[in-house]
Amino acid sequence: MLEVLVAKRVGTLELALELSVGAETLLVAGPNGAGKSTLLRLLLGVARPDRGRIALDGRILFDAHSDVPAEDRRLGYVPQDYALFPHLDGLGNVAFGLAGLPRRERRARAAAWLERMGASHLAHRRVGALSGGERQRLALTRALAREPRALLLDEPFASLDSSARRELRGSLRRSLLEWRLPALIVSHDPEDAMLADRIAVMERGRIAQEGTRDELRAAPSSPFVAGFAVASRDSL
Amino acid sequence: MSSRSWSAVQHSATILLVSFLVLPVAALALTLSWNDLLAGARHPLLLPALRLSLTTSTSSLTLVVVLGSLVAWWVARHRGRLSRFVESVTQLPAVIPPAVAGVGLLLAFGRRGLLGSFLARQGLSLAFSTPAVVLAETFVSAPFFIQAAIAAFRRVDENLLTVARTLGASPFRSFLRVALPLSAPALVGGAAMSWARSLGEFGATLLFAGNLTGRTQTLPLAVYTAMESDLRAAQALALIMVAVAFAMLLVLRRVSREADDA
Repeated sequence: MLEVLVAKRVGTLELALELSVGAETLLVAGPNGAGKSTLLRLLLGVARPDRGRIALDGRILFDAHSDVPAEDRRLGYVPQDYALFPHLDGLGNVAFGLAGLPRRERRARAAAWLERMGASHLAHRRVGALSGGERQRLALTRALAREPRALLLDEPFASLDSSARRELRGSLRRSLLEWRLPALIVSHDPEDAMLADRIAVMERGRIAQEGTRDELRAAPSSPFVAGFAVASRDSL
Repeated sequence: MSSRSWSAVQHSATILLVSFLVLPVAALALTLSWNDLLAGARHPLLLPALRLSLTTSTSSLTLVVVLGSLVAWWVARHRGRLSRFVESVTQLPAVIPPAVAGVGLLLAFGRRGLLGSFLARQGLSLAFSTPAVVLAETFVSAPFFIQAAIAAFRRVDENLLTVARTLGASPFRSFLRVALPLSAPALVGGAAMSWARSLGEFGATLLFAGNLTGRTQTLPLAVYTAMESDLRAAQALALIMVAVAFAMLLVLRRVSREADDA
């Protein structure tokens, strides 16, 4: 369970929000500038809330007394452009997060993770040569190989073309259901709603409305929520 | 201007400038006989100066690369007045004439200098010693590496560093395992420029370290000294210095290319 209650001022934006994500997928939607990226940075520990509390499975990641550094938060993160390390091959990218193990074991584990995710063929490829879908798969494998306690995905399909998006949404949904981790997906694309169990719509730094897609569609609290809920499709 | 005359202007400018840049180096080689070159190679000043130049320029390069990388990383990752100020300060030696740098170094680290007088009381005298050569070379060559390193580090995608952190890497390990390898080609390029500047350093060294054979007389100073008595010997030394610099640059370029391919 990921519990978030944070406030932060960034420029003119006053971010103040409360969220909790159990073993489910929450889609955080909202227009540009709503504070979605800031929320991710606060959760990841690369930006500091002005006040509040972040806890993961009962462990405090941030409050008035403690601020766990990013490297110890055990959050899996897949950024928008996937941020694969261009100087490493597929295996090297996955093995990066397994530091602390002897080299041989690290590589064996990374290979096992690639196999488990159906990405063994990417092990010895330069990441620059991979397709958008392959990059996403590799970035997800790299995040999961560290056995995180929650998963954060930033606009997972923004850098893909529409046919790849359709195909990969299905596969990502299956992965999320299989892993059953608290997962938070940030997106401004209504079609990503099909990935989520619940949707939280952010506007101007706050959660404007939260609920299932049907709930949002039935009683939208703002024009953006209405537009978002209507544009989201019914099935995968 | 018509497109034909525009390209004629470009071609003429290229021919003019390239000839001007090549001619002095060509003159060094073309106006020297094999016998003169061999005599130069046996010149008593050559070996001590060559040895000193290689050891001092390698030492200053090590200082510049280790300290410069850390400074450049800090500057590249921070925005604000202080980092802009630090960046300007690191560029300062590039615009100071080397002779002025030499006077400054003497006034700072000389026996009666700002810091030098304190060091002298501890029994440490820097001026006119081999370490003074290293300091002079470090002073004049640091901007070349630091500027390249800042530019390279600024190009490192913040997202990669964030991901590295979420994968368990401390900020130091992210720097070591992500930023450094990604910037390696540019860092090697900057190191090559810095090293070349260091090898050619003359004015600051002469004023701050002097011209003592075997202790502070580097290759450029040996060329200068030989020139007073024997132009041919100076020319032979100069040519050998060009060859050393050229060989080193080839090696560095090769390393840079390998880092790029890795």
